[in-house]
Amino acid sequence: MPLPPASLLELTPQGLYCRAAGAWIDPWRPVPRALITHAHADHARPGCREYWAIGASEAILRQRLGASINLIPVDYGQAHRIGDARVSFHSAGHVLGSAQIRLEAGGESWLVSGDYKRCADPSCTPFEPVQADVFISEATFGLPIYRWQSGAAVAREILAWWRAAPERPSLLFAYAFGKAQRLLAELAGIGVTEEVLLHGAVEALMPAYREAGVVLPPTQAVSAIARGESLAGRLVIAPPSAHRSPWMKRFKLPQTAFVSGWMAVRGARRRRGYERGFVMSDHADWPGLIASVNDSGARQVYVTHGNSDGLARYLREVEGISAEALEGGHGPSRESPDPAA
Amino acid sequence: MRRFAALYSELDGSSGTGARVAALAAYFASADPADAAWALHVLLGKQGKRLITGRRLRQICLEGSPIPEWLFDDCYAHVGDSAETIALLWQPSDQEARADRPLHHWMAELLPAAAALDGAAQAEAVRQLWQGLSPGELLVANKLLTGGLRVGVAQGLVLRALARLSGLEEALLQHRLMGGFEASAEVFLALLAPTDQGAALPSRPYPFFLAAPLELPDGAAPLPGPSSAWLAEWKFDGIRGQLIRRSGESFLWSRGEELINAAFPELIAAAGCLDEGTVLDGEVLVWPQGIERPAPFAQLQRRLGRKAPGRKLLAECPASFVAYDLLERGGEDWRPRPLNQRRAALEELHQQLQQTTPTPEARLLRLSPRLPLDSWTQLEPLRQQASTAAAEGLMLKALASPYLAGRKRGHWWKHKRDPYTLDAVLLYAQAGSGRRANLFTDYTFGLWNGEGELVSFAKAYSGLDDGEITALDRWIRQHTSERFGPVRAVEPQQVFELAFEGLQHSPRHKSGLAVRFPRIRRWRHDKPACEADTLASALALLQP
Repeated sequence: MPLPPASLLELTPQGLYCRAAGAWIDPWRPVPRALITHAHADHARPGCREYWAIGASEAILRQRLGASINLIPVDYGQAHRIGDARVSFHSAGHVLGSAQIRLEAGGESWLVSGDYKRCADPSCTPFEPVQADVFISEATFGLPIYRWQSGAAVAREILAWWRAAPERPSLLFAYAFGKAQRLLAELAGIGVTEEVLLHGAVEALMPAYREAGVVLPPTQAVSAIARGESLAGRLVIAPPSAHRSPWMKRFKLPQTAFVSGWMAVRGARRRRGYERGFVMSDHADWPGLIASVNDSGARQVYVTHGNSDGLARYLREVEGISAEALEGGHGPSRESPDPAA
Repeated sequence: MRRFAALYSELDGSSGTGARVAALAAYFASADPADAAWALHVLLGKQGKRLITGRRLRQICLEGSPIPEWLFDDCYAHVGDSAETIALLWQPSDQEARADRPLHHWMAELLPAAAALDGAAQAEAVRQLWQGLSPGELLVANKLLTGGLRVGVAQGLVLRALARLSGLEEALLQHRLMGGFEASAEVFLALLAPTDQGAALPSRPYPFFLAAPLELPDGAAPLPGPSSAWLAEWKFDGIRGQLIRRSGESFLWSRGEELINAAFPELIAAAGCLDEGTVLDGEVLVWPQGIERPAPFAQLQRRLGRKAPGRKLLAECPASFVAYDLLERGGEDWRPRPLNQRRAALEELHQQLQQTTPTPEARLLRLSPRLPLDSWTQLEPLRQQASTAAAEGLMLKALASPYLAGRKRGHWWKHKRDPYTLDAVLLYAQAGSGRRANLFTDYTFGLWNGEGELVSFAKAYSGLDDGEITALDRWIRQHTSERFGPVRAVEPQQVFELAFEGLQHSPRHKSGLAVRFPRIRRWRHDKPACEADTLASALALLQP
């Protein structure tokens, strides 16, 4: 369902647009003014004249979009007047510097969740429940089969898996920005102080996290290790794109695992060809989605990404909340599951 | 149960043969024999009938959960497996995990007891079983209930693990396992015992020796040695069978180790003509007397569908047993002897039978003919004649070979004739299940009829690689013209070359044709839909 005409937010070919603020939220194409929920590539795109984002994400945004972008860093909870709208950013608990964006004008308030999660994550600030009249929520994992354990519990599973193979390198595949650092922080949280090796793509994000004061175990780039040196018994974190790539030749008989919310389903793991799947996501699980909708107190909910039809129907029929799937809310033609989950 | 669930997830996770054998051996070495017996029972796929249907489990789950039915169905479509969907949906209770109960207790008591109940009592019992299980254990429990626990471990790997553990030959273990394995501690211990204990059951079949496909690179010599070192026979299009005559009783086993006596009473009667202590390996076919060649497989299929055939069906589709090997004679295991000896004895046996017992029953025991193969140059012309003999191709067996167990390369080869092919247009697609859940992998293809319409004619699931499946999945999503529940009609644009083994008239299909073993051979990016084949070209391939 499209947004009703003359709403505070409307869908344009560039993305979600707030006329009152003269700003787009996570636009898909270059626009004059972009409000950025977080620095993942499908939310922060290059070429905009002006960016607004949480200060903690500034370094990563400049690294990815160009050092010279015109970026206005903001703090969580601070209210800003942009055009005729009152705009505030609130912690989304997704990755370092991630935000939900609340917009208010003409006596109406809207909340755009961006990507978010509600379970504790030692690598970023926790999710903040925010109220608004209208709530646009993601639903990447909008099915009740998705329910997360705590990060610490998953970290203990990973540690056991790593320790059980002292004679092989343990290759853990996880998204380079966010998931990889969360894994490191969760491992530190259960007492791991041993050095972890990183693929270059993961290594590139580490300064921003160390700068932010996140407690992490010592890390080193795999490329800094001498060629002949054995990597048996070492834990290595790499992005999924490195799986089955020539980069893996460096490792003798590695055991492999993928860390993602999608790993909850056996078929998804087998399809990707990993031996082991650890279920950890930076998106809200089913109970988290429902809780956030309830916390928002919104009279109207729009759902985007993932199983939006199903979640909207559940909210309507079971929770009695006016909810619709937002048509075209996830950008140009995408039907496959969100890769960055 | 916890140990077995852990073994399941270990086997599910490791892809290497070595790691799987090691996991199996470690389990069997440490498990209680009663548990090990049940684990073996399940791993060998011997778990018989299902105790509870997946549909009933779904109902039990829905009754006990706040999730509406449509949402369960959405989840199922995403997961592709009802046992797993329930395992993921069922809220783990907050109470502490219940004390683990041994696998044999689950298999012999808890699960059958729940299955024996019905209505609300059964629902309550099943939910009791679910209490305190982790999602991984719950998945295994559900799969055991629905009889669908497929571990994806070949029997060979299980045998290798047991051989490693016991120090026995795999072939011996395989033989001891034939003809029904009772899951008990005693039987498991007897299986691994250094010497055979007690008398073997008269019904026990030998493990089947399987042929490997022969693929001939151009110009290569077909097989080592002169053609006279090989026996050439038709590869019949029936089902493999082992006919046993021992202790005054007869037994007919299928390759799937099912006793099919009841389905083929005439062959059991025929076996009564055999001498005591005789075991034949051969092909079960529908083959009316006085006709030169066997009936097509579809006729046999009518027999296979029945537990006990009626008089009419017996008359319409009479079975024969075409013998090609002699495994036991006078109670002696002849498998170690070379094929030329076994074959000579089989021919002698067959001749005697026809002379001394010229009854209608005895005539049902036929001899697979030796085909002339004086030189390798005759091989290809012979193979080309296979369809005139209603055969799938040729079998080539080394005359010096013993009768081994399982698929051992080098001695027996199957050399099939080339499959038929047609270029067909993709019409409908449906998502697969399991590994293929969420991917459109089940395709329906059509051919042009005389009126310029596409008529659906075959379904195929295999033949594309992962990259092609992904690309086609994307194309299907973007070119869906209509949806019928889970099925999508697509714009008729994509052409695929389909290969199949045979074609028959069928009133049940819209096209009037039924195809055997259809699979995708090639994605014809080069062909527009209008150049795909017609029903008329398919009819031209019809087997008489």
